[in-house]
Amino acid sequence: MNGPAPSKIVLHLYVAGRSPRAERAIATLRRLCERELARYECDLVIIDVLADPQQAEARKILATPTLIKEFPDPPRRIIGDLGVPPEELLAALNLPHDGL
Amino acid sequence: MATDVSVIERLPTGIPGFDHIANGGLPRGRTTLVSGTAGSAKTVFASQFLAAGVQLGEAGVFVTFEESPAALRRNMLGFGWNIAEWEEQGRWAFVDASPQADDELMIMGAYDLSALLARIEHAVRRVGATRVSMDSLGAIFNRLADTRVVRNELFRIVTSLKSMGLTAVITAERTHEFGDIGRYGVEEFVTDDVVILRNLLEEEKRRRTVEILKFRGTSHQKGGFPFTVIPGQGIVVIPLSAIELKQRSSNVRISSGSPELDRMCGGGFFRDSIILVSGATGTGKTLMSTTFMASGALRGERSLLFAFEESRDQLARNAIGWGVDFEQMEQDGLLRVVCNYPEVTGLEDQLISIQDEILRFRPQRVAIDSLSALERVSTIKGFREFVIGLTSFIKHQEMAGLYTSTTPTLLGGTSITEAHISTITDSIILLRYVELFGEMRRGLTVLKMRGSAHDKDIREFSIDGTGMHIGRPFRNISGILSGQFTHVAPSEIERLSALFRDEENPLLPEG
Repeated sequence: MNGPAPSKIVLHLYVAGRSPRAERAIATLRRLCERELARYECDLVIIDVLADPQQAEARKILATPTLIKEFPDPPRRIIGDLGVPPEELLAALNLPHDGL
Repeated sequence: MATDVSVIERLPTGIPGFDHIANGGLPRGRTTLVSGTAGSAKTVFASQFLAAGVQLGEAGVFVTFEESPAALRRNMLGFGWNIAEWEEQGRWAFVDASPQADDELMIMGAYDLSALLARIEHAVRRVGATRVSMDSLGAIFNRLADTRVVRNELFRIVTSLKSMGLTAVITAERTHEFGDIGRYGVEEFVTDDVVILRNLLEEEKRRRTVEILKFRGTSHQKGGFPFTVIPGQGIVVIPLSAIELKQRSSNVRISSGSPELDRMCGGGFFRDSIILVSGATGTGKTLMSTTFMASGALRGERSLLFAFEESRDQLARNAIGWGVDFEQMEQDGLLRVVCNYPEVTGLEDQLISIQDEILRFRPQRVAIDSLSALERVSTIKGFREFVIGLTSFIKHQEMAGLYTSTTPTLLGGTSITEAHISTITDSIILLRYVELFGEMRRGLTVLKMRGSAHDKDIREFSIDGTGMHIGRPFRNISGILSGQFTHVAPSEIERLSALFRDEENPLLPEG
């Protein structure tokens, strides 16, 4: 990673109710924040599109689950239940993999 | 299992002409697949379905997979649909599923389209929609690689629309004008109702058609119907063969403007009939239409002239030469002349603009000079459809229509126009050059007069400063219509007349 490392990371996850797929994505992200991204202030927001369709409209969400990295730039959007190894997910999100 | 066709309710779309071929509209509460190649006006159809709904007081939701809402608002403004205003009034809502420039899309793991469904349901509830359009499916299949998942999810969306009682239109691409209904197996989840839009190239001329492939369990008109896309209106379907050709026909006669011709026709033209005047250039066709209109003006009837060969000034000058004052007739509101070059627009557009003019001016008499000028810009099939559409429209208005047709050869012969429309017209008048001992004269005959006896002679026809005059029959010449003249000795005529005397029609007026 070039430049000073960011101190804060904002992740928004859009899910449709508490489906197994949603649970899997949430668990993956929690683990990522606790382990690989433990150095950062990790802000993980879960948005249920069934309860808040307006929010889904505003961000033009099609599929669930959808993960959006809102901060830092560049923005990233990933569709799916994130069933991949953490290194791959970090690379896709363009976040440092410190490997601590 | 047989079901009662009457139980399937229709939703009139409001798209001009479409409801006619759809026997009332789209099946209500169901989703219709509208499939077509690129440029076949799918997006216009999807937009117009909602726009016409708004104009009928129904709200709609537009789900766009391809164009951005901003582009749609802008593009549809030209058809007179102010979508932005309808959005403000809560009568139209977009669900924007178009590609977003700033988002790089990655797929990791399993997903579904619940968010899209939630957004559609939300938009439907927000504006109280009864109509939904989704345009177009190809774009979403292209973006989300897993065709099977997308297909399943779209099926779920269609099922949900149905359970909400919505009538929907979904557009899909096809790669060829004939063949599979759509790509990606879309027909697997919207199978009940399919409409195909085509944009065909026939003899280097573009021809748009719409065909209802199926409405499950209910009726519709079969085959392709031409349509056009017009600024300020959108799609206008021309429901040709669906037009009922069983108009009321009256026994009221109107004058052709020539007492001799009226007598030849058994008392004049019928009020709601179509008269075809065919002849070579210079035989007097324009004179005949001018006389027809001047005769109307004398009785206070309005005439509308569509001229495709001469300018307004040229026509007015000709008329003056025959003692008819076009300018005075126009000032009195008894004449309107519409000059138009047939090359400017296609025949479908021409038909719509002619219909608009007729509805606006409401004439008792319509003249088209000449119909054959319109042959040039169309295929024969398109031309025939145009004439049927026009004829049926004019007869429905209970007006008399006079069409002129130019034959390609000076002597004898028929035109393509005649060959294709002679069965549609009620009366046919032929004008022919006749060579008589080294001199060219004009001849006239009434070939057909539906529903009436008529004079079957070929009579001499002359033109002077007061217009047209019909004289005596040509007696010592035969072969005029074919252009292969033979002169017959008078004694031979006597002999032939005596031979056929018994078979003469007693109803014929005496010549």
